Amino acid sequence: MVGLITAIIFVPLLGALAVCTWPQKNGRPIALMFNVISAACALGLWWKFDTAATELQFVERHEWIPAINAEYLVGVDGLSLLLVLLTSLIIPFAFLARPLPGGRGFYATMLVMQSALYGTFTAQNFVLWFLFYEMSLIPAFLLIKIWGGENRDRAATKFFLYTFFGSVGMLLSFLGIYFAKGTFDFTTLASLGKHGLLTGRLAWLAFAGIFVGLAVKVPLFPFHTWLPDAYQTAPTGVSMVLTGVLSKMGVYGFVRLLIPLFPNQIKIVGPWLLVLAVCSIVFAPLAAWAQRDLKRMVAYLSINHLGYCMLGLFAVAASPVVAAEIDMHAALSGVFMQIFNHGITAAALFYFVGLLEQRSGSRRSVDDFGGLMQRTPLLCGWMSVAMFSSLGLPGLNGFIGEFLIFKGSFAVAAAFTAIAVIGLLITAIVFARAMQSLFSGPLAESCSAFPDLLRKEKLVVVPVTLLMFVIGIAPQFMFNIFNTTVVQMSRLLS
Amino acid sequence: MTPTLQIFLIVSGALFSIGLLAALSRRHAIFILIGIEMMLAAANLNFIAFWRFGPQHQPPTGVMIAIFSIAIAAAEAAVGLAMVIAVYRHYHTTNVDQLDQLRG
Amino acid sequence: MSSWIVTNLWLIPALPFAASLVILSLSNVRRKSAAALAVIGQLLALAFSILAFLPTLQTHGFRVVQNFNWFTFGEQTLRLGFILDPLAAAMLMMIALVGLCIFVFSVGYMAEDRNFVRFFAYLSFFSGAMLGLVIANSLVLLFIFWELVGLASYLLIGFWIERPSAAAAAKKAFVTTRIGDMGFFLGMLWLYNRSGTLLFYDGGNGCLESAGLAMLGASPAVAGFIALLIFCGAAGKSGQFPLHVWLPDAMEGPTPVSALIHAATMVAAGVFLVARVYPLFSLGAINGVTPSLTVVVWIGVTTALMAALIAVAQADIKRILAYSTVSQLGLMMVSLGVGGVAAGIMHLLAHGFFKALLFLGSGSVIHGCHGEHDIRKMGGLRRPMPVTFVTYAIGMMALSGVPFFFSGGWTKEEILHATAHWPRSHATYYLMLAGVVLTALYMTRQIIYVFFGNSRSASERVHESPRVMTTPLIVLAICAIFFSVLLTPAWPWLHTYLTGESAQFELVRLIQPMFFVSLVLVGAGIGFGIWMYRNAGAPERNRPAEIDPLEYAQPALFRFLANKMWIDELYNRTVVAFSWMAAHLSDWMDRYFWDGLVRGFGAIGQLFAIFTTSVDERGINAGVDETTAGARSLGRVMSTAHSGQIQTYLGVVAIGMLALLLLYAWLA
Repeated sequence: MVGLITAIIFVPLLGALAVCTWPQKNGRPIALMFNVISAACALGLWWKFDTAATELQFVERHEWIPAINAEYLVGVDGLSLLLVLLTSLIIPFAFLARPLPGGRGFYATMLVMQSALYGTFTAQNFVLWFLFYEMSLIPAFLLIKIWGGENRDRAATKFFLYTFFGSVGMLLSFLGIYFAKGTFDFTTLASLGKHGLLTGRLAWLAFAGIFVGLAVKVPLFPFHTWLPDAYQTAPTGVSMVLTGVLSKMGVYGFVRLLIPLFPNQIKIVGPWLLVLAVCSIVFAPLAAWAQRDLKRMVAYLSINHLGYCMLGLFAVAASPVVAAEIDMHAALSGVFMQIFNHGITAAALFYFVGLLEQRSGSRRSVDDFGGLMQRTPLLCGWMSVAMFSSLGLPGLNGFIGEFLIFKGSFAVAAAFTAIAVIGLLITAIVFARAMQSLFSGPLAESCSAFPDLLRKEKLVVVPVTLLMFVIGIAPQFMFNIFNTTVVQMSRLLS
Repeated sequence: MTPTLQIFLIVSGALFSIGLLAALSRRHAIFILIGIEMMLAAANLNFIAFWRFGPQHQPPTGVMIAIFSIAIAAAEAAVGLAMVIAVYRHYHTTNVDQLDQLRG
Repeated sequence: MSSWIVTNLWLIPALPFAASLVILSLSNVRRKSAAALAVIGQLLALAFSILAFLPTLQTHGFRVVQNFNWFTFGEQTLRLGFILDPLAAAMLMMIALVGLCIFVFSVGYMAEDRNFVRFFAYLSFFSGAMLGLVIANSLVLLFIFWELVGLASYLLIGFWIERPSAAAAAKKAFVTTRIGDMGFFLGMLWLYNRSGTLLFYDGGNGCLESAGLAMLGASPAVAGFIALLIFCGAAGKSGQFPLHVWLPDAMEGPTPVSALIHAATMVAAGVFLVARVYPLFSLGAINGVTPSLTVVVWIGVTTALMAALIAVAQADIKRILAYSTVSQLGLMMVSLGVGGVAAGIMHLLAHGFFKALLFLGSGSVIHGCHGEHDIRKMGGLRRPMPVTFVTYAIGMMALSGVPFFFSGGWTKEEILHATAHWPRSHATYYLMLAGVVLTALYMTRQIIYVFFGNSRSASERVHESPRVMTTPLIVLAICAIFFSVLLTPAWPWLHTYLTGESAQFELVRLIQPMFFVSLVLVGAGIGFGIWMYRNAGAPERNRPAEIDPLEYAQPALFRFLANKMWIDELYNRTVVAFSWMAAHLSDWMDRYFWDGLVRGFGAIGQLFAIFTTSVDERGINAGVDETTAGARSLGRVMSTAHSGQIQTYLGVVAIGMLALLLLYAWLA
């Protein structure tokens, strides 16, 4: 009997095999088919998920490497489920993005990455988790390196070295923890973490190793410089997955590992972490403002949005005072919402940039477009929705997460939050500027033959945008997924 | 003069030495074979001599071994000659100086 | 029936929203259906507003709230709600009525526009958001609608998207108001943090009720800061100095938009917001004065006077009205600041009617003059456009504060009254009086330029606007006049309605000394204007026709005012330039500094690699290499023995045997 989670993890791998052996050159239909299957499994998981249960659900435990206590242990709580759903949503969305890199290899690689992502979000044992974590790195590297645009070699190498460097630190730290405590189990480690896993210098070394590894992945300022290059170069679909899901692995790691395992260390360096988060929030959109390349601009804004997540997490975990329950719940819920919202919004933005890129013949500088509203009103309209969602307009999904994050972090770190609000403002400026130069003014010569949204593009855009509206207006169904987890986590923290 | 063991041993030693000399110094393969046969003959002589001058009333082991040895020598000579012929056919020479294929 | 609407208030904003959604899905050619849908949506909203208004008349201090859970996060809930009280009901009426007039007007005004359908979708969307804003019973719900009206304003300012100036103005409006909104956002967070709820009224537990205020009252300074942060948002939206710069530029939008959003309703939302959360401002007030209210007063005074001065020297008909709006909003803020909440809201309502009237009138003029905005090119329009002229004159007199028959006169009187009794300073009162003179002056100047004198370049072949446009003008003009009935001091019905008292009729209160002061001042303003501009647009003595008489008299002052006191230029050189520099700096830091650091680490790694390579090659490898080389050469020497000559091998064997024999012999 194969468990649901195992099925979710292995269906994309099977899909990758199937795509490789598929006789036709176009692997997309078969890849999408396997995506539908895994998405159906994920929905089944959601359907059967008990929102009130406090422990891990759908747990599957098998012996794997008994010598080092490594088990095949998977299970989901609210956060994991949220991320599994996000992955199931973003990957097919990415497969539908344009311009399409051809070939079966692309789809197979993406499917391998999808499997690794599912594994990362459900594994509850460090060794297994780390396996999947690294397993996602290699496809990402290949996808940038083989199917990327200009400068892809440099960007791919940079991405790989950066993240790999972080992973090595993390592995060493976990070995240290293992030698001290003899377990790799997340739940056990988290309960041990309250009293301090390690002591003295070793604790700090382990903390630093894990912190850097995750900070690179998120990425947190100043470990972010791989990101603009990688996102800019990667093909649209890959950028969507990188920002939509891969970056969430870092946030997930912070929530699942760093904060429960090192509550004391994180309290001591808390203010500095908040400084880093605020730097992400303020400097990234400023840099985005100065970009001409649309993809690079969206990439920088991604850093900014993940900065909000970090702000919320650090505020509750790192504040010297214990936050009130309401603030804790607000910040954590906000972070979880933001994880999901940023996933779909940023992916949608990349998708739209891809559409523009395809229409213009792979040009995507702000200066290459103008007056699009006259030629392609539908494209502009739907793209504006994604932009407004990204800048946190109420009524769309972005606002809910940001409001809760700010609400929660204001109570414990008012000054930092007040500065972070500047980030909201600059994001608005960036998008206002982009909309001005893309959509308005006289129609640019180069854009005069653009087709408006095609039917197949509408089929992709409309559901995603509707989801943004639904979450923005009636978000309760999202909160139901992770409310219990939020309560559990805030108990762990206080 | 009664034949003694020493005389037999001296003869067989001389025979062996001559055979060895022939095997080492002759360049023609057949002469080398003849040298080898001479060394074998020396060995046979030794077997019989040691039997004849050994303790009395024992079974004729020395003669038996000598007969065996002669049979093997015959077989060996046949194989050796056959090989010499095969070598000659292949290399058109029987001069062993030129046959250095065994060199690594 | 009426109680039904009280519990279903959400219907009022929902109807225009729904209309907007339906219109958005229409194709570009279904113009009639779009207009019909928008008007019907607005009409229904007006009907429901009236239904909602009726029960508020029955009891003094009527207040019904309807709160509901928006969502539960963790174990906490965020609650929103709708409120119906006199403030909300009055605002609903004004917005729905003015909105309807403007919707109808737009049908005529935008008749030839390509994107007619989209225009009505945006307009309905705005109307829904604005109606929602005034009935919000939660600061966060108010903020949501607040941002949505901002979005509608952004979309409508930039409606003529092909014009770069419109797009720039839209962006400017969006960003400038968002600066204020960030303050609002922070204030909201702080308030939430302090009072634990963002509901205004919640059966005694709301943040504006005793329990919430008691929690806030523990530290009045914090309450003041929260109030001021919220005021930032109000200042952004209501075009208060120093965030007023977007409002005049917003005139790039179609004129009905200017009338609805940038004159009558949205820009007044700031004033409404301050009135709504007034308990926060007045918390811990001594004699009606708190630090936060004092800030509001001085910002209001600055704005009112500055804008009125700038308006005197503008040539664009809509810009004059825009600065006039800024100035009037400043006046309302002053009124709120000095404690005259009811007076401020009354002025807001009255202003909504007459300023919408003026804007629509200017729209009619622009329509008649084929899109010309420059008043110096118009002239003599009173004959070809009689309806527009009469209604415009009514609006002008209401705005200037001509007493008795015009609503603006009474409300302005109330404000001056409140200002005069402000204990903090008397300067505000005198400054406000100066504002009254200036208002009368610039309106007189405008009306003389546009409607009197001889027709000039743009006013030839002018025709009166169609009925669909003039009817709303007439309706609004009637409102502007009849509204004054509710405002007179003799029967201050609206005042008492808003404050929750009952109105008494007393004719004597009509006669007050202060009344004569402003009467004289309005007269002076209009008189000075007539005297100054009697020959405007025509040459006079040494003055050429196209030079403004004031410019002729005071060229330096005029240029200063005509250039809007160079505030835009100042901002461009400082704030904008600075943030643009910051953007480039952080891009540069990213590309060169942070990435440089990373590359530096990379370089260190490379150096290390080079070092280990050399250690490998010269140190460790050297020994191994030597050994291998030795072994190889030895092997070479030894291999010579391996000749392949069987005889040699045999010889060696023989020698070996001999050696063994000798060894044996020697040992034995």
